[in-house]
Amino acid sequence: MSTGYAKPEYLVETEWVAAHLKDPAVRIVESDEDILLYDTGHIPGAVKLDWFTTLQAPLERDFLTQAAFEKVCSEAGIANDTTVVFYGDKNNWFACYAFWLFEYYGHQNRRIMNGGRSKWTMEGRLTNREKPSFPRANYRAKKPDKNIRAFREEVFKQVKQHLPLVDVRSPQEYTGELIHMPGYPQEGAQRGGHIPGAQSIPWSMAVNQPDGTFKSASELRDLYESHNIRQDQKIIAYCRIGERSSHTWFVLKYLLGYPNVKNYDGSWTEWGNLVGAPIEKVTTSPKEKAVVA
Amino acid sequence: MNIGIALPARLAEIVDDFSLAEGSEKLEMLLQYSETLPPLPDWLKGKEAEMEAVPECMTPVSVTAEVMDGGMVFYFKVPPESPTVRGYAAIVAEGLHGVSPEQVLSLPPDFYLPMGLQQVLTPQRMNGMAAIVAHVKRLALEQISKQ
Repeated sequence: MSTGYAKPEYLVETEWVAAHLKDPAVRIVESDEDILLYDTGHIPGAVKLDWFTTLQAPLERDFLTQAAFEKVCSEAGIANDTTVVFYGDKNNWFACYAFWLFEYYGHQNRRIMNGGRSKWTMEGRLTNREKPSFPRANYRAKKPDKNIRAFREEVFKQVKQHLPLVDVRSPQEYTGELIHMPGYPQEGAQRGGHIPGAQSIPWSMAVNQPDGTFKSASELRDLYESHNIRQDQKIIAYCRIGERSSHTWFVLKYLLGYPNVKNYDGSWTEWGNLVGAPIEKVTTSPKEKAVVA
Repeated sequence: MNIGIALPARLAEIVDDFSLAEGSEKLEMLLQYSETLPPLPDWLKGKEAEMEAVPECMTPVSVTAEVMDGGMVFYFKVPPESPTVRGYAAIVAEGLHGVSPEQVLSLPPDFYLPMGLQQVLTPQRMNGMAAIVAHVKRLALEQISKQ
């Protein structure tokens, strides 16, 4: 099947996963927003890596350390040459975030399962509740790859230099009507709006409904180019906590082949709470923006 | 937190059970609750669209209340792909079964904190519980104003 994607080897279909359930060179990883979802039944042989409790540092807003990452991988039986396939709920938000983190620590062979958990379930494929255990591996991570991660200083520069930012949150979050996403009051911010100059391209525009698979390469190219987000630019994507923007980061980097895309994981929960950070709001229509500070 | 306000008996038991459980045991208990969320009663079947949505909750949650012998009974509909929120709904439905509207209304909004779920789930994942508690209180208030 020709998809026209720039790097199709980073995406696998559910059929491929079904054919590799017992492949010792493949480890299937489920990362969900709902911490109990894996436990209600999962792809046979899949391990759970929880975004909030496993993949982040408990006492500092950051990801787990390199040493902790090595331990997590080793215990999940992931070796440096294992092909790791990520899937999850919510259209693969946290699967893409985990994929991004594995790239951050230098893991080579990574795949996203197109359509994620909901497609697997909709197709009536096998699940079970067995918690698999694998022989412990001896994982060695690389130093973090900062080329895919934007910190706030860099975002300030991006704003100053009028370089492209992609805001993938809901339109109401972008305009500033809401200071948190509906249903997530604990992830709010002191100010609503968006980073000055950011284009609003909600993550959901990159997927087909209802199965959550990615749109075709030509549809995706039209979407981003119509907002003036082009391949030859240095691009930063952000959302609220960095999970929806890692979905867009995956689309831009792997499906469209944009070489220079970073995820700003601090996202709105940092920027909208950061003293002295400039913000734009949309008052009436997106064409009439009001700079508020 | 809850000092001075007695919780309804069954709810107090549930809170105690969770507070005594350690680490991943709390998650297992929540999963068990999510599996015991009763199906909708016959009189509500086919009328799901008439149930009230809980708009603060990201997961599509619907709830309906009825009063039986002066006590409230809550019925929830939560999709299976949201077991954490199903677990919250089951705890609230069981813990408040038959409780008077006044008692529901006087429930401390943070009664669930001693359960310690926020330690194993992270506080970000407690939003659904807060939304459900706020909504059942609203339904209780409606009952009181009808009386």
